[in-house]
Amino acid sequence: MSRVEHASRSSRVGVALAGFGLAALAMAPLWADRATLRLLAEMFTYVALASLWNLLAGYAGLVSVGQQAFVGLGGYLLFALGIQFGVPPLAAVLVAGPVAALVSIPVALLIFRLRGAYFAIGTWVMAEVFRLMASQIAALGGGSGISLPASLVLAMAPTRQWRELEIYWLALALAVAVLVAIFVLLRSRHGLALTAVRDNELAAQSSGIDVRRLKFAVYVLTAFGTAMIGALIFLMKLRISPDTAFSVNDWTAFVIFIVVIGGIGRIEGPIIGTIVFFLLRQTLADLGSLYLMMMGTVAIAVMLAAPKGIWGLIVERLGWQMLPLQRRLVLEPSGKARAR
Amino acid sequence: MAPLLALDNISKRFGAVVVADGISLALNAGEALGIIGPNGAGKTTLFAIAAGALAPDAGRVLFAGEDITGLSPDRRCRKGLARAFQIPQPFVGMTVFENVVVAAAFGAGEPEAAVYDRAADLLDRCGLADKANRSAGGLTLLDRKRLELARALATKPRVLLLDEVAGGLTEHECHALVELIKDVRASGVSIVWIEHIVHALLASIDRLLVLHGGRFIAAGEPREVIRSSQVAEIYMGIAADG
Ligand SMILES: Nc1ncnc2c1ncn2[C@@H]1O[C@H](COP(=O)(O)OP(=O)(O)O)[C@@H](O)[C@H]1O
Ligand SMILES: [Mg+2]
Repeated sequence: MSRVEHASRSSRVGVALAGFGLAALAMAPLWADRATLRLLAEMFTYVALASLWNLLAGYAGLVSVGQQAFVGLGGYLLFALGIQFGVPPLAAVLVAGPVAALVSIPVALLIFRLRGAYFAIGTWVMAEVFRLMASQIAALGGGSGISLPASLVLAMAPTRQWRELEIYWLALALAVAVLVAIFVLLRSRHGLALTAVRDNELAAQSSGIDVRRLKFAVYVLTAFGTAMIGALIFLMKLRISPDTAFSVNDWTAFVIFIVVIGGIGRIEGPIIGTIVFFLLRQTLADLGSLYLMMMGTVAIAVMLAAPKGIWGLIVERLGWQMLPLQRRLVLEPSGKARAR
Repeated sequence: MAPLLALDNISKRFGAVVVADGISLALNAGEALGIIGPNGAGKTTLFAIAAGALAPDAGRVLFAGEDITGLSPDRRCRKGLARAFQIPQPFVGMTVFENVVVAAAFGAGEPEAAVYDRAADLLDRCGLADKANRSAGGLTLLDRKRLELARALATKPRVLLLDEVAGGLTEHECHALVELIKDVRASGVSIVWIEHIVHALLASIDRLLVLHGGRFIAAGEPREVIRSSQVAEIYMGIAADG
């Protein structure tokens, strides 16, 4: 019997480190102040958004510049469900996922007719359509936006401190859920197909992989995750408007920056990218709009020096994998093949 | 009985260049066909049309009597039509073993864990056993060609399209390849093989076709075709031009 092994020494270290880091983050309320917790929660949302975009663009080859459509949809669902039906915010965050997945199906049917750059433009146009529709809903503040009613916010927890902790842990839980879901997906049979599509679409198709169906499924799944994160983001902000909800800058440009810097087509990339992005933002934010230009310069420098991003460079040079995704064939002494 | 694979009056042009001008071809079950022709004759294009990567301007592709002209490449692969590309197309970010596992699992429609043995065995037969856990992106051209063959075989094909898999092999390697292809044939796979290495072809095929100017200009018993004056003329012509 062939035996296949997934783990390598670096991935065992990686998993141990990830477990340690996760424990430290879960206990962050013990060692971090309010501002740090808020910053960490924001980082978690970016790790999740970037991981989802990485799945979409890095693996499935669907370069969308319109994922803000689903961030905004999730955000508006939170407000609509709360204001119209009194749905508690935490429940609304969970409902946003399946609703967005349903909405994404007709959207996909439409934009999947487009290829390459036209697909990218199509996703952006869809997001603009979503933004215009949101600005027409008078009950949700129209073009100027609306705040989450205090009654809903106050009902979340007995004290403000508890509410903030609740949101912090929710952000951590959602980010971890997104990462674990992507990991499980990539480890599965579908992940094998998705990795093949990432590397060579032509060969994937002629090896029997239904590339179109796979892309469709990835698009719907990403919409699911992105909208949940969107709802969470606007639960943290407590206020929503069409311009903030469907911001191409905040929910797509920064996300692409993170993925490209960290390493596209690698599950570890978005985590590294988010850390770099926030380090830059925290140190350069005082420079005002100059900071965006600095970010651009960094992006170009990384793309020139390491086209596969920071993690891609590490993999190339050191052969590390943080997570046990590879399938290694183990040869038995008898000469009989086993795969681990 | 209907041929296993048939091209029926296929035409294809790129701009003003006509690469296929009403080409028909029939591959019977158990048969091995060879195709030769000068560079740019349209041999690879014909494979692309058969495998579904390219749509013909006119004509039909039939598999076991069924019209598959509109089917996607993955559907054709799962029906049993496998293609080894002239320019190898490895999954560069995966290991050699994973490359073959992908084709074995999806091309043959089997659960992943059920194909490990077969994948390992194929790597062995294609001379890649010791490189199973290497990244496919780091392989030499020769090993990429071997991987191309292993991956095509992993899909459990009924028809195997081989596009210049022998180029660049040493005499010894070429002999091993011919043995492997005979083996594959003996297991019931029908083959169409495009190849410039004529002696490798002659050792393995039943029928030889010569593609030139968008049509088959000669077809028949391989040795006779090679000797025929028309073929000699084309190749001589090329030799004389060069
Ligand atoms: N996608 C394409 N677009 C335009 N021209 C092409 C394309 N593919 C092949 N050709 C042209 O068609 C001709 C046949 O190419 P090909 O089928 O690769 O020939 P062969 O495999 O016999 O060497 C060549 O002149 C080539 O330049
Ligand atoms: Mg060719």
